[in-house]
Formats: sequence, C-alpha cells, structure tokens
Amino acid sequence: MASSIRVRATANGDITEVQALIQHPMDSGFVKDSKGSLIPAHFIQELKFECNGKDVFVADWGPAVSKDPYVKFSFKGAKKGDDLKISWTDNKGASDTTTAKIS
Amino acid sequence: MKQRATILLGSAFLALTALAFAATRVVAADKVDPAADAKAFQNYFFQKFPNVKHEDFVNGPYSMNADMKRQWQEKEEFPPYEFALDAGKEMFSTPFKNGKTYADCFPNGGIGIRQNYPYFDENEGKVVTLELALNRCREANGEAPYSYVKDEMASLTAYMAFTSRGKPMDIKIPDDPRALAAFENGKRYFYTRRGQMNFSCASCHVQSPGERIRAETLAPALGILNAMPIYRSEWGGMGTTSRRFITCNSQTRAVPLEPQSDEYRDVEYFLSYVANGLPISGPGARP
Repeated sequence: MASSIRVRATANGDITEVQALIQHPMDSGFVKDSKGSLIPAHFIQELKFECNGKDVFVADWGPAVSKDPYVKFSFKGAKKGDDLKISWTDNKGASDTTTAKIS
Repeated sequence: MKQRATILLGSAFLALTALAFAATRVVAADKVDPAADAKAFQNYFFQKFPNVKHEDFVNGPYSMNADMKRQWQEKEEFPPYEFALDAGKEMFSTPFKNGKTYADCFPNGGIGIRQNYPYFDENEGKVVTLELALNRCREANGEAPYSYVKDEMASLTAYMAFTSRGKPMDIKIPDDPRALAAFENGKRYFYTRRGQMNFSCASCHVQSPGERIRAETLAPALGILNAMPIYRSEWGGMGTTSRRFITCNSQTRAVPLEPQSDEYRDVEYFLSYVANGLPISGPGARP
C-alpha cells in the first residue's frame, strides 16, 4: 500500500508553499451505515509538519474535518533540498509518516 | 381519344410523383441519422456558448463559470481522484487468481482505449460499456464482479480513462439496424420527461447548462461522459457513469434503473456518440 500522504512543497525565495493530501476516512462517529448502526469515530487527531528539526505546522483535529483532508500553508526559513517530515496520528492510535524534499 | 390518354397518363404521372414525394417525406422523418444528430447537437452548444472552446465542454460546469474554473485548476494540482487513480493502476496490473490480467481482455492491453467505449457488440446485438466489459472480464476469469457504481469499478475506469486522456471520443455506429435502434432508444430516454418533477435529462443539461440549480452549476450534456469517472465532493468519493445516471434520476424524483440496464447502456451510447471528437478528460473532479 502506498503512503496515505501526498505532499508537494515548493520553495520560492524565502517562502515555502506546502500542499498535502491525506487519505483518511475521518468518520465523525455520528454517521450510520446502510444497516443503521453507527460508524465508530475514526479521525486524525494530530497532524504535524517538521522541517530542520522544528515543527512548522501542527494541527489538532477533531471529527469535524472532512474525509481525505487537504492542507495548504506556507512558512519561512527553509530552502530547496531541505527535508519536510509529515506525520499524523488518529484516535485509534494508527499513524503514518512520510518525508518530502522541498523542490 | 389520344388526348384523353395523355391526360390520363399525365394525371397518373402526377399521382405517382405525389406518392413518391410523400414516401420520401415519411422516410426522412423516420430515418435515424446519428451523424446529423451529432452535428446538430454539437452546433447547438457551440452557438449557445460561442466563447467556450470546443474542447473545454468536457470540463462540465467549469467551462461555464470562470470563477469555478480557477478553483478547479488549482485543485487539479492535487486532484481528489489521485488515490483512486493509484489504486486503479495497481488493480489493473495485478493478475487474477488464474494468472491472467485485465490487459488480456482488451485490445491494446486496455491502455488508451477508453475513447472507443461504449461500443455496439454485433454478436450480442446490444451496447457494451467499459464497466460491463470490465466485469465480464472478471467473471470470465473466475472473479466476482464489482459494483457498477463506485469504489473498485471507479478506480479501474479512472486508470483506463487516464491512459486515454486527450484522445478524441471515437464511438462507431455500425450499419446494423439494431445499433441504430439502440442509438435512437438512448436519444429517446435522454429527451423523455419522467419522475415527479417531470424533468428529462435534457431539461437540465441541454436547456440550462451554466444555470444554477440550487448551489450547483449545471454541466452541458455535450462531453458530459468524457470526464467519467468523477470524484464528486458531494459524494465524498468516486462515481462511475452508472452512478451519475442513477443520481440524476433520483434528483429529479424519477425511479432510477438498474446499473447497466438496456436504457442506461443506450443513453450512454447516444451521449458518447454525440460527443465524438471531443477529448477524453477523465477521471474528473466535480463539486
């Protein structure tokens, strides 16, 4: 199985623009399946972007975020070729991590 | 005597010509002419939207609204169908239990052939869609068929469409009365009003493309299937052509048909044929 995280990070001068798409069901716990029973809550609780040993973006998420979330932000202080580490953990303890080169 | 004969002959000739004219008129009204239909269909949209580039119609509502188009182009850098596309690629190259693959069932190994579907199968006497061909391929190789509506089927068709991107839709109607009847039946289904709202497919997608229906912008019928399968934000996932038809039926409060029923196959044949020449843009993303 391929990584659940897709990242694109581009440095433009001092500013690095990051786009990420994460594959996750993000079940809120309030939705019923076709049989009428509740689908248990299953959502990402923490999403973290690290660059050069520093956290550049940390999100504390809850059940309100949509399925397969898309994140876009920019930060200063990185250059082309630096590594950006992305990781998430969900309420069931599952997690995934990946590293992308800033281009 | 001679004169009378001439008059008689003359009136007989007149009667004959009148008959001949009447006959040609009747034939003209009854003759199925897909090529003329497609031309008229395309010209209607080209004239209604003179500023839309012809190949842009396949982008549905985005061809109708500059603002939506900008947002979509930004989204295309990171398209929501990407996961399905990767899954489809993997599934397509994974052999069945008997060692055969999807590539064995299709011309050119299934790559770059989406623009030829649906086609009219002269042995069966019916229209065969890509989704149907995929499930038949699975069953022929001892695998269970997939749902026609979403998930695996949408992933597979997404990958096959992706390998055909940019190729012009190329649907053939063989010189077979059954093929012409299928085309005509699809056309009839498309223009027939049904359901509690008394809408036909054409009420929205021919009469009002670009208009708002609640928060949605209606897509033009021209090239609407070129983008299939689609990721719809409303669905929170992928959907096939079958899913699109079912959704349309239920939204106009009509009773949807079974996926891959004859009418759906015929309407897919009709809609794909009239979009001949426009590029495949699938998999697509829609609000």
